[in-house]
Amino acid sequence: MAHQATINAPTTTKELWGGGTSPFGASYGKLMMWFFLLSDAFSFSTLLVSLGYARYVHHASWPVVESVFYHFPFTHAHLPLLYVGLMTFILIVSSVTMVLAVDAGHTNDKKGVVFWLGLTIIGGLIFVGSQAWEWYTFIVGNETGVIKDVLVDGVVVSQEVKGANLQYNEYGHTLFANFFFFITGFHGFHVFSGVVLNFIIWLQALDGTLERRGHYEMVEKVGLYWHFVDLVWVFVFTFFYLL
Amino acid sequence: MSAMENTNQDAHVEPIVHASHDLHHSHDDHDDHHHVETFWNKYVFSQDHKMISKQFLITAIFMGVLAMMMSMVFRLQLAWPGQSFPFLEPILGKWAPGGVLNPDFYLALVTIHGTIMVFFVLTGGLSGTFSNLLIPLQVGARDMASGFLNMLSFWFFAASSLVMLSSIFIESGPASGGWTVYPPLSALPQAMPGSGLGMTLWLVSMALFIVSSLLGSLNYIVTVINLRTKGMSMTRLPLTIWAFLVTAILGVLSFPVLFAAALLLIFDRSFGTSFYLSDIYIGGQALEYNGGSPILYEHLFWFLGHPEVYIVLLPALGITSEVIATNARKPIFGYRAMIASILGIAFLSFIVWGHHMFITGMNPFLGSVFVFTTLLVAIPSAVKAFNYITTLWKGNIVYTPAMMFAIGLVSFFITGGVTGIILGDSALDINVHDTYFVVAHFHLVMGSAAIFGMFAGIYHWFPRMYGKMMNKQLGFAHFWLTFAGAYGVFFPMHFLGLAGVPRRYYSNTEFPIFNDLVDINVMVTWFAILAGTAQLIFLFNFFYSIFRGQPAPQNPWRSNTLEWTAPVKHIHGNWPGAIPEVHRWAYDYSKPDKSEDFCPQNVPMTEKEIAEGAH
Repeated sequence: MAHQATINAPTTTKELWGGGTSPFGASYGKLMMWFFLLSDAFSFSTLLVSLGYARYVHHASWPVVESVFYHFPFTHAHLPLLYVGLMTFILIVSSVTMVLAVDAGHTNDKKGVVFWLGLTIIGGLIFVGSQAWEWYTFIVGNETGVIKDVLVDGVVVSQEVKGANLQYNEYGHTLFANFFFFITGFHGFHVFSGVVLNFIIWLQALDGTLERRGHYEMVEKVGLYWHFVDLVWVFVFTFFYLL
Repeated sequence: MSAMENTNQDAHVEPIVHASHDLHHSHDDHDDHHHVETFWNKYVFSQDHKMISKQFLITAIFMGVLAMMMSMVFRLQLAWPGQSFPFLEPILGKWAPGGVLNPDFYLALVTIHGTIMVFFVLTGGLSGTFSNLLIPLQVGARDMASGFLNMLSFWFFAASSLVMLSSIFIESGPASGGWTVYPPLSALPQAMPGSGLGMTLWLVSMALFIVSSLLGSLNYIVTVINLRTKGMSMTRLPLTIWAFLVTAILGVLSFPVLFAAALLLIFDRSFGTSFYLSDIYIGGQALEYNGGSPILYEHLFWFLGHPEVYIVLLPALGITSEVIATNARKPIFGYRAMIASILGIAFLSFIVWGHHMFITGMNPFLGSVFVFTTLLVAIPSAVKAFNYITTLWKGNIVYTPAMMFAIGLVSFFITGGVTGIILGDSALDINVHDTYFVVAHFHLVMGSAAIFGMFAGIYHWFPRMYGKMMNKQLGFAHFWLTFAGAYGVFFPMHFLGLAGVPRRYYSNTEFPIFNDLVDINVMVTWFAILAGTAQLIFLFNFFYSIFRGQPAPQNPWRSNTLEWTAPVKHIHGNWPGAIPEVHRWAYDYSKPDKSEDFCPQNVPMTEKEIAEGAH
């Protein structure tokens, strides 16, 4: 059905919406991806709005992010937000390579698709790996913990809290850790799924499946997903780290 | 459009016709070569929208019967509190020792009744059945955009139903915290028996349900946008399609919010987070949860929950528009106003959720904002009610069972809508919040109205689904008994609510102020038994007609929409040969100068009609 639109290229609104053609000039698969992303945007919005609520209520005990995420691999220097900034940069660059892969797909340039999509996959893997490292550092915490009042089996006990998990948080309110793990985890799962999808399509490009199909639209579809995941990270980064 | 322009346009779009025909032929050829029909791919893993529609309908009927029987059981307890009904023990076992319903199981019944009715019957069942059946047939498409995802949508629905049903058979019983599953009851497995495994299964079932709903909705939206046949512009679509389209959009935008909320709840339940929990003691022991808020859950839940009301209702309203116009033999009154009101209701549904939460300690100013947006819903709703009545006005009405149910919907929609104005007012709501007034309101306006829309749809499109006619007399009997039964059940509940009787209570015998109201509950239960029994007539009529019904003619209701141009016997791809083209809107009934009182959408316009400016 999608090809009808390109064959006839109706121009006026009336023709576009008059039936017998795709008004947006997009195949059903691409439209489904768009609507799915719209839906997913609401899931992420839900989480970010909930984060905003928790942070507003507990602003006094909410950690200052710069004093939580200041580690950088292979160094003990105090570099607040530098590594997460680098991660973000890498993810955005992977979006650029994705654009180039889609562009190569438009000209049926198999080599180009394989090369740029391959780079996108590598960028995604670096991001997911970095996130694992970020989680690890957050969970382990500083060399010295903090003495806190904690409820254990219904009794308040003063004990040293080191690092963070879903029950405790050395750096401040527990909900900070709850939301950190949940939201970055939810996003990380999306990135991981994106890498898997990209990898499948990369294989299909490599073995010529897409070439035989005559078009590289699948690259566009996973591209849409990849850009979305990227865009969501920009929001997560903004609301979690920057604000 | 002038005749001249029209000719030009025809000349211009000529290539499209050939292109699309070629495509369709190749599509058909493709099927001839590769499509071998077996029992499994025809009846079970079918990718044909007509079969999937039937699968949804049968599943929904099964779930609906169960949910209705549950309501019978708790109605017995409400009318005759604590009395023994010996026949219950063999059925419910330890949940009704000595025939007396167990209080925990009472709560479980109420919860599962609500869950099944809202999600499995009126969301999955209603949209799943009629969006699937009618979208491809009425827009003129061979099938849904993706038959495969459509099949998955049904099987996720079936899996979700099975998980929900399985929770009835576990030792600790199903979820019991109400269909809204508010924390902390839903978040702390030790809170009550139903908060344990039953609640986990509820959440698993809903996760599957949301996947099903998402896959279905994406298909519905994209099919309506991309696969309309030539000439089927958006303003020629039957109102059913508009309703299904907007319903699907509502689903795509609101279910992910429930999904995210449920994920947070799962983390609270299983991994010790505190998103919805804080400062809680159970059995005198303080729990370590700190900082969360159950009100957050309520906000997230009702952000889905309110659009969900319209996900339930809009398809029923769309079906009603179609059935009423067809059987009044008149064009629907205010076609564009109907579209606008569907869009208006859909938009407003996202900004009114706070009216479910007036007494949660919400800032009164915020409450008044929600009052304002809520009362705005009355405008598009009134437009719809007005247009139904004006369509009926001076119509040449044909009374079919479908028409009766459609008119019944209008009645419930108005009766239930009027009390919505009281509940939507944050001051008046204080008095009736969480009482039987609320129960009465939503059972009329979304429960009875939507189920009547579903019945209207079943009676109207049964010939299209099964190629047989349902028995008309049994249909009328079913209608009148159900109509009387539903009003008999839900109307008196308003007075119980105004008297202060709280909903969800196992028994009100501990409160002497309610002693005088027991008789009302007895009457309500008798009406419930009446309405429940009446459904046996429907079930008999439905299943008997599938096998032994009169063969259906091509167009039994002399209707205009495209589905009646397809052959009675279902074929894959819906139409042999080319897909019909559309030349007019769906509501050319009783047009002067026509020999018949209807004029299907695929009939080309005459010179005269074009000259008169028809579009």
